[in-house]
Amino acid sequence: MRTTITVNGEARSLDLDPRTTLLDALREHLKLTGAKKGCDHGQCGACTVLVNGVRINSCLSLAVAHDGDEVVSIEGVGTVEKLHPVQQAFLTEDAFQCGYCTPGQICSTLGMLKELEAGWPSQETAPGADPAFTDAEIRERMSGNICRCSAYPQIVAAIKSAREAMA
Amino acid sequence: MKAFTYERASDAQAAVRSAVETPGARFIAGGTNLLDLMKLEIEQPQHLIDVSQLPMAAIEPTAEGGLRIGAAASNSQVAVDARVRAGYPVLSEAIVAGGSPQLRNKASVAGNLLQRTRCAYFYDTSKPCNKRQPGAGCSALEGLNRNAAIFGASPACIATHTSDMAVALVALEARVETLNPSGDVRAFPLLELHRLPGETPHVETHLIPGELITAVVLPPPPKGGQAYRKVRDRASYAGGLASVAVAGGNLALGMVAHKPWRAVDAEAALAAGASPAEAVAKELQGASPLGRNDFKIPLVARLAAAAIGEANGRGV
Repeated sequence: MRTTITVNGEARSLDLDPRTTLLDALREHLKLTGAKKGCDHGQCGACTVLVNGVRINSCLSLAVAHDGDEVVSIEGVGTVEKLHPVQQAFLTEDAFQCGYCTPGQICSTLGMLKELEAGWPSQETAPGADPAFTDAEIRERMSGNICRCSAYPQIVAAIKSAREAMA
Repeated sequence: MKAFTYERASDAQAAVRSAVETPGARFIAGGTNLLDLMKLEIEQPQHLIDVSQLPMAAIEPTAEGGLRIGAAASNSQVAVDARVRAGYPVLSEAIVAGGSPQLRNKASVAGNLLQRTRCAYFYDTSKPCNKRQPGAGCSALEGLNRNAAIFGASPACIATHTSDMAVALVALEARVETLNPSGDVRAFPLLELHRLPGETPHVETHLIPGELITAVVLPPPPKGGQAYRKVRDRASYAGGLASVAVAGGNLALGMVAHKPWRAVDAEAALAAGASPAEAVAKELQGASPLGRNDFKIPLVARLAAAAIGEANGRGV
């Protein structure tokens, strides 16, 4: 099926088997291998990308269902010369070891910060209250991204310092 | 994943017609549960009708003072809606207790209601499962059934419905709106959407073939406090062992039956002046645990009593 998706600002037209997930379209067809295939079942978050500004698991999404959508993967977040503040914070805070989950962690962070900014509640948010930018909120909101190296304390630290840098 | 054909619906009537006319057709919206099961070849639709782009994602007030939530709205959209948070906090709390943020951003309201069980034997295609293969037998009966139902199960199936959202919606007495293949719109209580397993656990709802859920309609906010409590093996992003939704005098239990369980005996006892603990004990008199899931009895007793107390505290 002919499908056109705007990926990192560029319209990309693909002829796809309907079975192709958005993750496989990015990795196998567009050779954008930043988003990772961890579990391929929506459990690990390594495939997280932003679709129309919202974070989702690209492995649990058919590419043909995203015809006309705007996708941002890690390749569209920063450049080697000019890292995004979240990328820089992950480096500075040593927020990874093997790095496999990191593209998903960073894309998830970008979506999460927008959600927090917009006042979206989580299960850590007091009923009726605006969410606070606490460690507990960060951990809860990042619970869909698993890190097998268990860099969680550094990931929380990176997210906090990135938010300060972006303020 | 087995091969299938795909169409993006631009009209609800046409989508419903296509669902009836095309062999092996299924609706898909968020797809977070369906695609997972298709990868495992537990679900093998021959044709997918994508209803995610139909104009049914809006959340609008009703003339009666309630809220009409479009079936294609994402779980996140509902949980963060200011009107939902103000008038139906139990619904917002239930939604953010389920899945991960990424899943909630993608999953639709109707898809959440129609999600399949997480019973390990339903997922394990090397084991018999009546839900997957009618007549094959139930591996969970004598197997790892720690998370099985304690209400309404049958010898054919002891699986649970795992939605958080649906538990809150049942406590709120939500109604489901559908469009059926003859073009008729009907509305009925959400409590009547799901079936108990009986002899046919593979038939999970009372929807007729091709019938499309178009909205969930909430009555005006109930009087009294609301609360949602859930217990699971991890603090976050794990399926529940039991959950409780309280909305005024209404009580619903999750992950204890093949459908969201409205605790009518407990409600009646509460209305007659029983304490929360006494009322929940009344409901649990009707429970039938299997051994490994016996712990759900004291768990639900404490959880429900605590949730009722919490809701009462908020309602004052």
